[in-house]
Amino acid sequence: MDRINKTTLELLREISDLKNGAPEHAAYNIRQDSGCAGRRSTKNISIESKTDKPGIDIRVRPGTKGESVYIPACITRSGVDDLVYNDFFIGEGADVTVVAGCGVHTDGGEESQHNGIHRFFLEKGARVLYLEKHIGEGDGAGGRIINPETEVHLGEGSYLEMDTTQIRGVDSTVRKTSGEVGPGAKLVVREKIMTHGEQYAETNFDVELSGEDSAADVISRSVARGRSKQQFDLKLTGSSRCAGHSACDAIIMDEGTVSATPTLTAAHVDAALIHEAAIGKIAGEQLTKLMTLGLTAEEAEAKIIEGFLK
Amino acid sequence: MLTCENLRLSLEGKQILDDVSLTVRDSEFVVITGPNGGGKSTLAKVIAGVQPVDGGRVLLDGEDLSALSVTERARRGVSFAFQQPVRFKGLTVRDLLGIALGRDREDLLCPALQEVGLCARDYLDRELDASLSGGEIKRIEIATLLLRDSRFLLFDEPEAGIDLWSFSNLIDVFDRLRSRHDRAIIVISHQERILRIADRIVVLADGHITADDRGDRILPQLLAEQTACMFCPQRREGC
Repeated sequence: MDRINKTTLELLREISDLKNGAPEHAAYNIRQDSGCAGRRSTKNISIESKTDKPGIDIRVRPGTKGESVYIPACITRSGVDDLVYNDFFIGEGADVTVVAGCGVHTDGGEESQHNGIHRFFLEKGARVLYLEKHIGEGDGAGGRIINPETEVHLGEGSYLEMDTTQIRGVDSTVRKTSGEVGPGAKLVVREKIMTHGEQYAETNFDVELSGEDSAADVISRSVARGRSKQQFDLKLTGSSRCAGHSACDAIIMDEGTVSATPTLTAAHVDAALIHEAAIGKIAGEQLTKLMTLGLTAEEAEAKIIEGFLK
Repeated sequence: MLTCENLRLSLEGKQILDDVSLTVRDSEFVVITGPNGGGKSTLAKVIAGVQPVDGGRVLLDGEDLSALSVTERARRGVSFAFQQPVRFKGLTVRDLLGIALGRDREDLLCPALQEVGLCARDYLDRELDASLSGGEIKRIEIATLLLRDSRFLLFDEPEAGIDLWSFSNLIDVFDRLRSRHDRAIIVISHQERILRIADRIVVLADGHITADDRGDRILPQLLAEQTACMFCPQRREGC
């Protein structure tokens, strides 16, 4: 097992609430440059390496309440091409928080990338809050690439809330989220993205509301600055009595580009699906309002963006 | 003291303000009334710096504000409550009130909300988006002005969209504001109850000031003339 290095420590502060490396009591697995830099299982949450491919299986015992598990992944140098498969098995009635997140630091000219494929299997009545924060940093010219893939399978009456943020330094990202939502289950996704310079971010959602009275609420808020480009593709399919809502709100600045293509398919007469999309620059009246409160145009813009991505 | 000198503005070929001059003394409570489209809101925007003019100038204590931005006017002590408050996705009531106050004193936000009849516990973390009703966001708009330590307050139709309960409170808010003699207040309004508490009433119609006098003198006249057209410069019956 590797030791946690200084760069990982810094990245952990950014992508999770781990201020001093490993958490004191909670279960965790810290992935560093494709290796393992620390792991702990607890009585209720076990973490084991996969035997057939890189990655881990995280198993949460039924009825586990209020516990957290941390599985951050850090890349601390150029020239790393990381691929990992992490599977979460959440037992019946459990209620836990999963803190994932990825930081990529490159100082050299070669690019580094992390491809994290996460699958969630929630049993009856289980609840998960899944927090995922991505950043890139370092002075190297090498690209910082993060491609997260999340697949969710929500059993009867279960609930998964995914709160995902990428606000700086990632040069290229393709974010795929897919899943099926069972009877009475609900999937909530809150995505926040900000891109700068020449960055590219693509988001793909493909969610099927297959269970009776299933629900999904997918909200993406993004800001595209500089000459960055963003693509938001959403497929929401209702094949049962269900309620699906999605929204793509984007602010464009400078020469940023955002494109949104929602596809809603209602394959059941009681499937109610809604999509809202709004893309545009910051409204002039918003800037004016904050200026009448004494802010400069630049301060007003910063406040609006900060609030929008909060 | 705030002085508007010979303000002129035309938009799309229509004269919106036609040589409008007006002086408001410190501690004065002035209500500007008049028909829709008469230039009232435009005058407020010109004073706040939101709307540029073709001619004339606005002075605050003798300082010409013409070349100053909206921000600089706000920092000089001009505050402006919009007729239609702006909504923001993501910014919360706490954020907006904090910006209005200009410093980190959360304990001061609660009394301001209370004054407009809203409970801080229920509202501070609400987003200023479409989930707030017209009446709620209007009251929040007024609360932002209560938090500004401004010498000159401009309210553009504060009663618009406000329910009866808050309307009564709104009158109390203005009463309290005017009891502080260090600030001047201009309210644009059609409401008789607001007109009743005015020190001075100014009638702006068709881009001109058609009447400007003490409130107790001008209001009976306005009410008596309601059968004709009270704002009409020609005062013709039924025009």
